[in-house]
Amino acid sequence: MTDATVTTIAPARPAAPVTPAQGYWGGVAKRLRRDPLTLICLGVILAIVLAAVFAPLISPADPYKTSMMARLKPVGTPGHFLGTDELGRDMLARLIYGGRISLFTGVTPVVLATLIGGVLGLAAGFFGGLVNTTIMRTMDVFYAFPSVLLAVAISGALGAGLLNVLIALTVVFIPPICRIAESVTTQARAEDYVEAARATGAATWRIITVHVLPNVMGPVFIYASSLISVSIVIASGLSFLGLGVSPPQADWGLMLNTLRQSIYIAPGQAVIPGIMIFITSMCFNLMSDGLRGAMDVKE
Amino acid sequence: MILYVIRRLLLAIPIAIGVTIVCFSLIHLAPGDPLSTVLPDNATPEVVEEIRAAYGFDKPLPVQYLVWLGNVVSGDFGLSIQSRRPVLGDIVPAVQNTMILAFAAVLIGFPFGTILGAIAGYSQGSLTDKVVTAISITGVSVPHYWLGMVLVVIFAVNMGALPAMGMGPGGQSDFALNWAHLRHLLLPAITLSVIPAGIIARSVRATIADVRKKDFVSTLRAKGLSPAWVFLHVAKNAAPVVLAVCGLQFAQLLGGSILVETVFSWPGTGFLMNSAIFTRDLPVLQGTILVLSLFFVVINLLVDVLQTVFDPRIRRG
Amino acid sequence: MTDTLSLAPKTSPRTLPVDDRGGPRQPMLIVEDLKKHFPIKTGGAFGGLRTSVKAVDGVNFTVAKRETLGVVGESGCGKSTMARLLSHLITPDTGSIIFDGEKVGASGGISVRDLRRQMQMVFQDSYSSLNPRLPIVDSIAFGPKANGVKGSVARARAEEILGLVGLNPRQFARRYPHQLSGGQRQRVNIARALAMEPRLVVLDEAVSALDKSVEAQVLNLLARLKEQFELTYIFISHDLNVVQYISDRVLVMYLGQVVEIGEVDELYARPSHPYTEALLSSRPSMDPARRRTEPPLAGDPPNPVNLPSGCRFRTRCALAEEVCAKVAPVLTPLPDSPTHPVACHARQPGAGHSLSPAA
Ligand SMILES: Nc1ncnc2c1ncn2[C@@H]1O[C@H](COP(=O)(O)OP(=O)(O)OP(=O)(O)O)[C@@H](O)[C@H]1O
Ligand code: SF4
Ligand SMILES: [Mg+2]
Repeated sequence: MTDATVTTIAPARPAAPVTPAQGYWGGVAKRLRRDPLTLICLGVILAIVLAAVFAPLISPADPYKTSMMARLKPVGTPGHFLGTDELGRDMLARLIYGGRISLFTGVTPVVLATLIGGVLGLAAGFFGGLVNTTIMRTMDVFYAFPSVLLAVAISGALGAGLLNVLIALTVVFIPPICRIAESVTTQARAEDYVEAARATGAATWRIITVHVLPNVMGPVFIYASSLISVSIVIASGLSFLGLGVSPPQADWGLMLNTLRQSIYIAPGQAVIPGIMIFITSMCFNLMSDGLRGAMDVKE
Repeated sequence: MILYVIRRLLLAIPIAIGVTIVCFSLIHLAPGDPLSTVLPDNATPEVVEEIRAAYGFDKPLPVQYLVWLGNVVSGDFGLSIQSRRPVLGDIVPAVQNTMILAFAAVLIGFPFGTILGAIAGYSQGSLTDKVVTAISITGVSVPHYWLGMVLVVIFAVNMGALPAMGMGPGGQSDFALNWAHLRHLLLPAITLSVIPAGIIARSVRATIADVRKKDFVSTLRAKGLSPAWVFLHVAKNAAPVVLAVCGLQFAQLLGGSILVETVFSWPGTGFLMNSAIFTRDLPVLQGTILVLSLFFVVINLLVDVLQTVFDPRIRRG
Repeated sequence: MTDTLSLAPKTSPRTLPVDDRGGPRQPMLIVEDLKKHFPIKTGGAFGGLRTSVKAVDGVNFTVAKRETLGVVGESGCGKSTMARLLSHLITPDTGSIIFDGEKVGASGGISVRDLRRQMQMVFQDSYSSLNPRLPIVDSIAFGPKANGVKGSVARARAEEILGLVGLNPRQFARRYPHQLSGGQRQRVNIARALAMEPRLVVLDEAVSALDKSVEAQVLNLLARLKEQFELTYIFISHDLNVVQYISDRVLVMYLGQVVEIGEVDELYARPSHPYTEALLSSRPSMDPARRRTEPPLAGDPPNPVNLPSGCRFRTRCALAEEVCAKVAPVLTPLPDSPTHPVACHARQPGAGHSLSPAA
């Protein structure tokens, strides 16, 4: 015997097939599919990533092959679609290969920082008390540095190199991610459903993985995705300062750095690598906005 | 109110101490023996001893830290390895120059960002709003060091209208309020202002849109108040948030200027750090970072306090 | 341990005897001198000046097996804090909880984990007490699974319990909380508690957020389930009519303390503490002629940080006298009714109040 509430909500046909609830991620995917701008950005990023991954297959030339005869050729030169750089290397090939390091140094720190900062924030938020104070006050200190300054400080002190850039940027991004994770966890922890779960006598790890983590991951994920754009710009910036990989490696920031010397001779060539950084950063930014819009729906 | 300010001040102290610890650790982060990183390449045994004593590298780390902190507090940031002169002598003019650049960027970027954001927030959903949003996203995403290069290509290389490097005519590095000097300031300041302008436009738009949705605004409108009056009320309510964003962005400018200064050879802190990094002049790097981050702490503090003055409801603590 | 949980699905009353250690005469719950003070910062330049909110301050009572104890009191008097203390969701500062003759957390007693298995809670906010990311069947099955029941068994049982609380599992099991009405969600919360096969269920304002008609349905459901599963309820509410309807005995709380406990009929007919009296006469009467225009309970309760000396109710009590400011009254049975304790000088022989009955 169903009662009044049931019948008002689901009138008639109680035997009718149940509409399968699509769940949270189903709804997100559906909303994303209706957002052309985000889809375009996703497509562009995918194209850049695929180009970087399959660089040896699609690259029109050897990115390391120098030619004293063909230096700083402009865009549209036969044989060199985007011209050549200061050592006569094919620009297009170097941009394609450069994506490998630039994307790697841009995305990896955010991933690492999300893992580390996420776990720290989760612990701080869930356990509270002294754990919280210790973790969050430490984060406050790192938060007290402007982000670019901290990145330059750490990678400057550690010295140039890919690994050091990754370390520096990871350290830069841990505090903001940790803060978000902590505040969302603190909120989630106060929810009655976490209380109810604790009231079943369930183990702490089980409560965290089933009831806290899934509700914390969304906001943290959205926030982290917005950092990728920043990370790519700063990573390339460090490279631009000469703190990243060393020549003759191809990397967008480093290309900007070396081509800058020739800015009066070949101004067109000098700015090309920056366009790649710009496009990538922009697409990640817009995609993150789109994701936020699609995921921020209160259920 | 006063109590709150005092409390906020006291809360900033541990942060400042933490900042000094991080800065102190930078030298020990550097690979190898910390002594070797502060030694000039051609150090004679006497110099080695001198520096060992100066840094007290033979003592345990906490002691070294306290000695170093004591020195820093009394204005002794150590000696530059490159120039063998006191680091502070290099830092002070560099900080001044960075400040000049940052203020110029503020003068350009903040009004621009605020106005754009206000227009967008007021015409939410319209074409104007979309254009402004696009501009601000571009501003937020653009690698500003690259934008600087693009500006150089346009205004210096192609048009020859503005100088691409330095602070004044003939490589001068002191500032004067005349066109000869302001010309040099223009491109780097514009470049530096782009990111904060974008961020400010974004948050002003969101805040204004938010305030306009509030009940009291509809009430004001219903009462038949003129749009100008309504705008004034909206602006008053959005002000604290805008102020906070601006303050934080100003603070971030201090860090963001590193790359722009490098592009334009602007003799500020960024330029100083950049050359310190490549000469492995860690005392200079350390000192500069310490000064800048303490500035950052102070600015954040001021923003917090000012914000409570404007809006006593916000009493974070 | 898991024996009662790993049972094959069942709809009838308990098939296996539960671990009824003490027998029917042993109270389900004995609470002694339970205290929880929340430390709080009250300004000061150094953030210092620590004081505390005495949310629960020395509470004693017992709950018999298979009875319903109603708990009433104004907002902020510590009802929820007490509920959370009972299942050790927050740790008491002092005091002991004895569950079916076994002391909680003591050596040789019952562990917090075992206590929680046998004591479940239903919260007021039906929405926030369900994880928005889980289909309700998984929310219900979570507890048993966390206690070692196999996933498939726990789910099957969860679906069955959904049926028991009046929600067709075929229709509802895979739904998310936002796809249900408030009444349906509260049924799910009750199902979630039942899935643990508890012996004691603490219902903290479990029906307060519901419409009157839905509230009545849920109350009937609770009454039915109580019979079917031989449950004991602690039913917290500020709605005196609901408490009267569902309770066997009623406990009245004021600012973290118990001021009166009694059989429901006796307490409602003969409220003895001035606070209970005020509460009861303040409830809307069905008879317009008897409706009072002025609330008998004037003013707000005092700040729980700065409590009045002596009797905490004296700032609002019409009977307050000198002795009330000096001595804090102790919960003592009325001379003529040993099952009806009251904490008021005016009701206690020789307490020094002008209305004190002769000893
Ligand atoms: N975690 C906490 N920290 C500090 N004070 C608290 C905390 N939890 C509750 N309190 C305080 O303890 C007192 C009792 O709160 P509690 O929630 O138990 O009251 P209640 O009787 O359930 O009220 P209501 O009827 O409104 O639900 C209140 O003054 C409350 O502000
Ligand atoms: S003890 Fe005194 S103040 Fe308290 S309720 Fe009784 S009469 Fe009123
Ligand atoms: Mg409550």
